[in-house]
Amino acid sequence: MKNDYRARNHPAWWAFLLHRLSGLALSLFLPFHFLALGQALQGEARLDSLLRWTEQPLVKFAEVTLLLLLAAHLTGGLRLLALEFLPWRDWQKSLLAWAAGAALAVGLAFALAL
Amino acid sequence: MNSVGQGYAAAPVPRRAAKPEVWLWIAQRASAALLAVCVLVHLFTIIYAVRHGLTGEAILGRTRGNTAGLTFYIVYVLAIAVHAPIGLRSLCQEWLGWRSASLNWFVAALALALFVFGLRAAWAVFVAPV
Repeated sequence: MKNDYRARNHPAWWAFLLHRLSGLALSLFLPFHFLALGQALQGEARLDSLLRWTEQPLVKFAEVTLLLLLAAHLTGGLRLLALEFLPWRDWQKSLLAWAAGAALAVGLAFALAL
Repeated sequence: MNSVGQGYAAAPVPRRAAKPEVWLWIAQRASAALLAVCVLVHLFTIIYAVRHGLTGEAILGRTRGNTAGLTFYIVYVLAIAVHAPIGLRSLCQEWLGWRSASLNWFVAALALALFVFGLRAAWAVFVAPV
């Protein structure tokens, strides 16, 4: 079979793509996250000015997106661990839906808390 | 003796050192299991922090001198420094076709940088005096 879109248009392939892209996005974000937290070395005021910068709507939107990606990477990763290390059971077919639902719930909880 | 397979000794399996790819696979899964717990705790921490004040004073007031928090985030940073570079290595191999030895150097440098800057961030938030 040709490895074209027909082979890929499957929930498990979309889950793979989401897991990989969320991992990439989180990896790109990490250096900035670490550097931002490192601002605390220069005192409370420096950290405060950075936190004020994050009050902008666009930054808040990016934060919610990142948190959603982190939750999706977590739940997608748990699904992979279950598939690889647990004996196959029928309920594992529903893991995709559980993973997506749990990630959305975390993202929503964060968005509401903001 | 007519049962299939009986009377035959299993072929000896030569003992070989596991390939680096196998170790990377194990490290990726082990760090993933650790990160599953760490990320969950981190998500709850984020939501707690948002609800209890996100100013420099409020955050550092909660974190400075918190040894349990520091220990947790050191473990978290270590797991990230193992997990993220191995994941990016697979991505570079499969999507960019980057398979030369230089990729391993890049990944090792990335792991070291994440570890060092992650520890620096944990130190800044949990230890360094205001």
